Amino acid sequence: MVEKKLLLGDEAIALGAIHAGLSGVYAYPGTPSTEITEFIQGNALARERGIHSRWSTNEKTAMEAALGMSFMGKRAMVCMKHVGLNVCADPFVNSGMTGVNGGIIVLVADDPSMHSSQDEQDSRFYGKFALIPTFEPSSQQEAYDMMSAAFDYSEQQHLPVLMRVTTRMAHSRAVVKVATIAREENELNYNAVASSWVLLPANARKRNDIVTAQQAQLEADAVSSAFNQYMDGADKSLGIIASGIGYNYVMECFPDGCPYPLLKISQYPLPKELVRKLMAACEKVLVVEEGQPFIEDIIRGVGDSAQIQGKLSGELPRTGELNPDIVKKALGMESDECYAACEDVVPRPPALCMGCGHRDVYAALNEVLKEYENARVFGDIGCYTLGFLPPYRAIHSCVDMGASITMAKGAADAGQWPAVAIIGDSTFTHSGMTGLLDAINENANITVIISDNLTTGMTGGQNSAGTNKFEAICRGLGLSDEHLHVVVPLPKNMQEITDIIRQEINYNGTSVIIPRRECLQTLRRHLKEKRAKEQEGKQ
Amino acid sequence: MKTDIILCGVGGQGILSIATIIGEAAMNENLYIKQAEVHGMSQRGGDVQSNLRISDKPISSDLIAKGGADVIISMEPMEALRYLPFLSKNGWIITSSAPFVNIPNYPDMEVIRQDLDKLPNVIVIDIEQMAKDNAVPRSANVILLGAAQKALGIEYDKLEDAIRRVFGRKGESVVEANIKALALGREAQK
Repeated sequence: MVEKKLLLGDEAIALGAIHAGLSGVYAYPGTPSTEITEFIQGNALARERGIHSRWSTNEKTAMEAALGMSFMGKRAMVCMKHVGLNVCADPFVNSGMTGVNGGIIVLVADDPSMHSSQDEQDSRFYGKFALIPTFEPSSQQEAYDMMSAAFDYSEQQHLPVLMRVTTRMAHSRAVVKVATIAREENELNYNAVASSWVLLPANARKRNDIVTAQQAQLEADAVSSAFNQYMDGADKSLGIIASGIGYNYVMECFPDGCPYPLLKISQYPLPKELVRKLMAACEKVLVVEEGQPFIEDIIRGVGDSAQIQGKLSGELPRTGELNPDIVKKALGMESDECYAACEDVVPRPPALCMGCGHRDVYAALNEVLKEYENARVFGDIGCYTLGFLPPYRAIHSCVDMGASITMAKGAADAGQWPAVAIIGDSTFTHSGMTGLLDAINENANITVIISDNLTTGMTGGQNSAGTNKFEAICRGLGLSDEHLHVVVPLPKNMQEITDIIRQEINYNGTSVIIPRRECLQTLRRHLKEKRAKEQEGKQ
Repeated sequence: MKTDIILCGVGGQGILSIATIIGEAAMNENLYIKQAEVHGMSQRGGDVQSNLRISDKPISSDLIAKGGADVIISMEPMEALRYLPFLSKNGWIITSSAPFVNIPNYPDMEVIRQDLDKLPNVIVIDIEQMAKDNAVPRSANVILLGAAQKALGIEYDKLEDAIRRVFGRKGESVVEANIKALALGREAQK
């Protein structure tokens, strides 16, 4: 039995996983992957089955917990945005060596055009690097269908499967045909063998030989995979290789069917046999892939590759996401006639909400720092990164999760003063705690502001792992009470806050200031829920 | 039948609930749908848009090509103009007249008005005021939807049914307010 549902790509993935017998999802929120875990948290069957869906502290803890669940024979999924894969690169790459017992899908949502990210890295490179098969759905329906196939394949090959989607897949809705019944979860078992899972060099070398030898089989499977399709066309002047969502943009250009031979790629390692067939049949080959030129790089030899067109030869732009107009142009077709852009329209950048506590923190910080000649503020990832923009223009760096504290320390080591770090509560527990330990161990001359809004705000208000524990964490890392302060960021407390910031900047050592006030978005939601409950009580 | 729609406004103005109603109506008619949304950083008071595509044939791209949109529905007048290159030459703009000023360099409203007037098919409505005057203060976005009904090519009754299904859980008074708002929009488009 099937039913139709209007689902985001992320939701189709989540439901596909539940229907494939998932026992646990492990994730840290990150655009555009957040809605997968949120969907599972809200799903009735997932609750009834007790499928694990609580947020993890970061992607590394998530990946490792999934490995543990797989070790015991059950199916687990790890979800993250592309840069999250850097955070869990160690367990991810090593999971290619251990292999799996229960199936594992590592779901990574890339963000070309950087709608909400700091880079455009393409996760397919990680799959190749870790010797792990990679799936890349082209539609919401295929994403749903792939979940069950990918879990089966993971267990068949005893390897994790990397599933790569991009923003437009993750955050676009479509009607998806879904099953009305779900596969049972795996039973707990003890099939995992220590010789695979204890990665001592002697064991790892054997595993490395096995997994390396397995690559030929993975590629042969990709050649025969139903997700990869060779569709012949009469006009051999061009052949097209289109992967993932790139396939949709190609098909959009040919509403009556593609006249050229077309190779759709949704499973890797790249099935070179199919590529060879296309290249032998066609005069030129255009590679349409979202992200970096992963396929194009593989098929373009160092010798004569005049036959190949794509991002490296300039037919498609090297950066940014694809769209129908870009693909049309690459196919030598004209765009429809259209209006010119309206010159009177001005940019409307995102901004911190009016009344947000981060605003008061930046107002206080700027007030104090103007007293110093060369203050530097090291920022971090979250809503408060918007403090870079006017009216505050308050931060000088933002690199990766947790880098505020460690960069401030490095700057202080270099002789900089004042060196201030500003980091959110969720980012602090994600990757800031270890850096703070480094700073405290050397009593580095830095002032750390943990701007605590009691949630993971930027991604929509998910639970934050350290809520109510920050003072205890700082004390536990060795910070003295004398240099640990909690304030309420409100305009009426400006005098107190600026006094404390000034005092701690002037103290030669590590100090932590925690401005704490709930995020307005979650506050509004909590008040609404409270009112709804009161209404229910009255009725 | 194929309708390509751009929904736009400023983060938090409720464009996604318009999309939900249209999507519900279309799904009930067994049409194909693709709707690309914007989540994440830009929702914080920045410009937001959603590409909504409806068709009786399968849809390939999640995004609308330049010159391809049949309708732009905008909760804000300058935001309606931001997506002009995507509007088909005979497409419609249905927009709120009330500027949302959260940037220091917001253009002169007179200029925006003139830019809109240059286009052949534009409906501009003060939906906020109309919502207040008619005691449906939280349904301004549905007034806009009502005004877009003809341009969308979806029957009025189907939108009304969709509203009942989408808002049913929130109680009869919410359903009625939105149906009233939809009717106000239909009147305003004439």
